[in-house]
Amino acid sequence: MSKPEVDQGRRTWVAIACGAGAVGGVATAVPFVASFQPSERARAAGAPVEVDIGDLQPGQKKTVEWRGKPVWIVRRTPEMLASLQKTDALVADPKSERKPDELTPMADTRNEWRSLKKEYLVVVGICTHLGCSPTEKFQPGAQPSLPDDWQGGFLCPCHGSTFDLAGRVFKNKPAPDNLEVPPYTFLSDTRLLIGEAKKA
Amino acid sequence: MAEYKEISPSAPAAARLLNWIDNRFPLSKLYNEHVGEYYAPKNFNFWYIFGSLALLVLVIQIVTGIFLVMNYKPDAGLAFASVEYIMRDVPWGWLIRYMHSTGASAFFVVVYLHMFRGLLYGSYRKPRELVWIFGCAIFLCLMAEAFFGYLLPWGQMSYWGAQVIVNLFAAVPFIGPDLALLIRGDYVVSDATLNRFFSFHVIAIPLVLIGLVVAHIIALHEVGSNNPDGVEIKAKKDANGRPIDGIPFHPYYTVHDIFGVSVFLMVFSAIIFFAPELGGYFLEYNNFIPADPLKTPPHIAPVWYFTPFYSMLRATTTVMVNVFSVLVALAALGALVKARSGAVKLGAVIGAAVLIYLLKTFDPKFWGVVVMGGAVVILFFLPWLDKSPVKSIRYRPNWHMWVYLVFVAFFLVLGYLGIQPPSDTGTLIAQVGTVFYLGFFLLMPWWSQLGTFKPVPDRVTYHAH
Repeated sequence: MSKPEVDQGRRTWVAIACGAGAVGGVATAVPFVASFQPSERARAAGAPVEVDIGDLQPGQKKTVEWRGKPVWIVRRTPEMLASLQKTDALVADPKSERKPDELTPMADTRNEWRSLKKEYLVVVGICTHLGCSPTEKFQPGAQPSLPDDWQGGFLCPCHGSTFDLAGRVFKNKPAPDNLEVPPYTFLSDTRLLIGEAKKA
Repeated sequence: MAEYKEISPSAPAAARLLNWIDNRFPLSKLYNEHVGEYYAPKNFNFWYIFGSLALLVLVIQIVTGIFLVMNYKPDAGLAFASVEYIMRDVPWGWLIRYMHSTGASAFFVVVYLHMFRGLLYGSYRKPRELVWIFGCAIFLCLMAEAFFGYLLPWGQMSYWGAQVIVNLFAAVPFIGPDLALLIRGDYVVSDATLNRFFSFHVIAIPLVLIGLVVAHIIALHEVGSNNPDGVEIKAKKDANGRPIDGIPFHPYYTVHDIFGVSVFLMVFSAIIFFAPELGGYFLEYNNFIPADPLKTPPHIAPVWYFTPFYSMLRATTTVMVNVFSVLVALAALGALVKARSGAVKLGAVIGAAVLIYLLKTFDPKFWGVVVMGGAVVILFFLPWLDKSPVKSIRYRPNWHMWVYLVFVAFFLVLGYLGIQPPSDTGTLIAQVGTVFYLGFFLLMPWWSQLGTFKPVPDRVTYHAH
């Protein structure tokens, strides 16, 4: 059998039809992929939360939900604040210099104690490694999964990342960054608004 | 296209019916190709039961799954209670659910053994590369299926396990956070996530899985099964063109499989009836607590079948990335000394420099994800990594067996460590294990050629009982 002649005109049209079909196919995929995005309802749920911290005693922690994530408010004792100087050399990013826009959106919190008021720590209680919620280990001293010179802080149960009492991650741990400090405002001495940084 | 076949009108009714069908659908042809005249090597040993068992477990999972969906509610507010409802109020619901949960673990048991069989006897070697690749794709699908399914009971372990795995994708540079958002459909694992995981678990992945299983079997039946000797039985045929060392799948291996299935079902039933949670390994205790987005359980670990890979993820710390960098540099140095052409030397040095730069630039967290994913993906390349002149372990140098045993031991140790809470010693052992696991595959092109190989017989070795 001899090879039939190639009709170049038809071949061009076949190629164009295939190309147009492919464009159509990809265009059809767009709405399906886009439907994976958070819905309008999920987007609307990100409103700020108001918290009463009047009953929080020194050394205590309170957890509130903001955008579905746990936010911790810790009232630190003077000893707890003093421990931050000892951990300065042990943490990966002592001055909150990494990804400041993401992790410490408020410039006033980019300090050693990572908060507006020294006494109150406000951080998102989600490990920057893979999103577990670390557990509080405020008791200093040697204990399982922690170093012997432990000064108090947080331990992530999933992959063993440790954070000091300012939410700063210790060096050589799976978590790459410090805990996120959300935007917040002191409405009064005992009322806190989480999710919005209002200028006083 | 087959010719239309006439049959004598006086033939029995059954024969006439079959002829009627065969003229319209290749029923007899399919049966003969895949069962009645599928010649399998006669020297199969017990390792060859796990393929059939995997198919059995697939059927169990599909059937029990269909019945579970009839009572399950994929809603963050109702899911946990609906599973408890199945367990307590639905007649025999507990049995169906325990069959499904035990079936998930059983699936991985038989699939891991099935894969190890392939490794032992070189079942992935030419011309069975596609059989192996379809199989690896099935393994990936199974992992996805297990992961999506594990969220559905909406317990604490479901919730935080999903949180961790979805956040793995967030570690991808540049697009990671958006990708994680796209998977979750919300800023945290939530009702939206549960709904889409349900959809993936009950329809999307199973469809792909069944397609791949069909492709796996068609590819296998095209090339024919390997055997413990790694000898091609098609090379020696009798006057009728049938392999001398082959026997028809039915009745020989169907009966053989019934025995294996019976033993399997005894163990399977014993677990379902006497230890459905299997000490927290098949159903983790923390998953009997409803999901709480504000509180991670004090110790979270994936189900046992993911833990070897999970250990590798945890082992990838800053120190480990430095070790990788040194190893990459050593490999480049080796290429510099050993490679014959200048282009290869240059390529190796540039490649290593780029890789070390990337290793040091991105977070160890990202590399942990790469190591974990790579540990699975590397399996796909096994047919081209193994350069041993013989297929089966039987005719390889004896020390190859020891390499395999150490590999298996490390795999089990990694699995054990992944269940345990993180500790310094554990991490160190996991790091050694990770390096061995990756080295086993990446260095295979070299070590698999070393040593004195034994002569491979012309025919399979077989001793009649």
